[in-house]
Amino acid sequence: MSTMIRVDDLGVRFGSFEAARGVSFAVEKGASFGIVGESGSGKSTVLRALSGLNQDWSGKMEIAGVALGPRRPKDFFRRVQMVFQDPYGSLHPRQTVDRALSEPLEVHGIADPEPRILRALAEVALPAAVRFRYPHQLSGGQRQRVAVARALMSEPDVLLLDEPTSALDVSVQAEVLNLLMDLQERRNLTYVMVSHNLAVVAHLCSTVGVMQGGEMVETVTSADLRAGRASHPHTRELRALSMELEEP
Amino acid sequence: MDILIDNLTIDFPTAQGVSQAVRGVSMKIGREKFGIVGESGSGKSLTARSILRLLPDSAIVRADALTFDGVDVMRADESAMRAIRGRRAGLIMQDPKFSLNPVMTAGAQIEEAVRAHSKAGRREAREKAIDLLAQVQIRDPKRVADAYPHELSGGMGQRVMIAMMLAPDPELLIADEPTSALDATVQAEILRLLDNLVSSRGMALILISHDLPLVSHFCDRVAVMYAGRVVEELKAADLAQAKHGYTRGLLECLPTLSHEKRRLNVMARDPAWLA
Repeated sequence: MSTMIRVDDLGVRFGSFEAARGVSFAVEKGASFGIVGESGSGKSTVLRALSGLNQDWSGKMEIAGVALGPRRPKDFFRRVQMVFQDPYGSLHPRQTVDRALSEPLEVHGIADPEPRILRALAEVALPAAVRFRYPHQLSGGQRQRVAVARALMSEPDVLLLDEPTSALDVSVQAEVLNLLMDLQERRNLTYVMVSHNLAVVAHLCSTVGVMQGGEMVETVTSADLRAGRASHPHTRELRALSMELEEP
Repeated sequence: MDILIDNLTIDFPTAQGVSQAVRGVSMKIGREKFGIVGESGSGKSLTARSILRLLPDSAIVRADALTFDGVDVMRADESAMRAIRGRRAGLIMQDPKFSLNPVMTAGAQIEEAVRAHSKAGRREAREKAIDLLAQVQIRDPKRVADAYPHELSGGMGQRVMIAMMLAPDPELLIADEPTSALDATVQAEILRLLDNLVSSRGMALILISHDLPLVSHFCDRVAVMYAGRVVEELKAADLAQAKHGYTRGLLECLPTLSHEKRRLNVMARDPAWLA
């Protein structure tokens, strides 16, 4: 296996506020890395710096061995795609699903839109009839499937997932998590997922980084986390809380 | 304080005909912690809001009985309803970002609630507001009272909402997804706070959520709603013995930290549940 993502000593400042400092982690190709933490711990900041949405950062980041600068080449945005928390907010309300799925193809000059759109819809288990609907005509779960399909259009290697299931009902969450697992197996995708839900992160990701106050205080495998072999007090605290609320 | 709902139906006229949002729901809620669980569109919020008659104008409401402590909510005039809303029953909504007034300080909003429901003067209301902020365990209540909602975190904002609802000493709190917009740690803090306040003040609580394990953790009884009906009502302690397929499905589709699952169960929706 080769390393797909390497983040080394990443720091992000907003004015005098250090939103992230000294964050380092690496993700193998085809693996999933989860980032958990409370609001304001810097987990989304790390993801936004990695995705190129925030160009003001320090440290080193690499994707597939190529160092990333503050401004990314167009090919980066083809290879790295993002899925956001709220499918209500991340799809254009006046554009049909067809339009949303065509746009990445046009941007990256990819030919044959027709079969690609149909294949993408099939891949996220949406009926072909959805293609000419508007977002408001779809349920929350269908919308998130469209958002995943849109991210897949440019045939990326990496998906960055920012709380992809937090806005969904638990039954829909299960469907989307299963879909993400299937897609990863089929396409050998590399995931970085941010969430505040420890159980969701441990389910999808083999390794979890715990953030607190802008620092990644511990990196632990999901197996160790489940077994209670975490060393940092904050990790233990989050685990205890998650376990307590699981037991009815 | 008793709430009696008997055979409640709520319909909405649409271009395609009548949409039945709530279909024959009955429940009896006393001085207890009662949870209503269901997915979006199951009718859980509409059911709870009907107790305060806070439904959209287009809603067509029918019920054999709908009473709040003996007051017939279906027939009560507006002034009788105003005496219930806020004063005897408070409603806490999901997202403090949208339910707090962005151009008033937190303190001013709580003072307004205090003065709307009592004869307190300005200074007295201010003192009460700061006292309420302290009761919802805000460490620096004076500072928070002078802060605007955008200067507060989500958890703080929700505490301010709770303080505001506590101002008139209500008998019932309806919390409609009070923690869905908050992260896991803050969520637990807010629910524990609600739990303590409800117990120490002897209030009744209706907690509405889509998270079944969470609700059963904090409630005595839980009603599970699906497509406008209560499909199962059970004691929170008996959750593991839930019988209905939908309740079981809700429990089984959750990823858990304690048991690793290769794949999550996806709910197979039985058309018979709709009957």
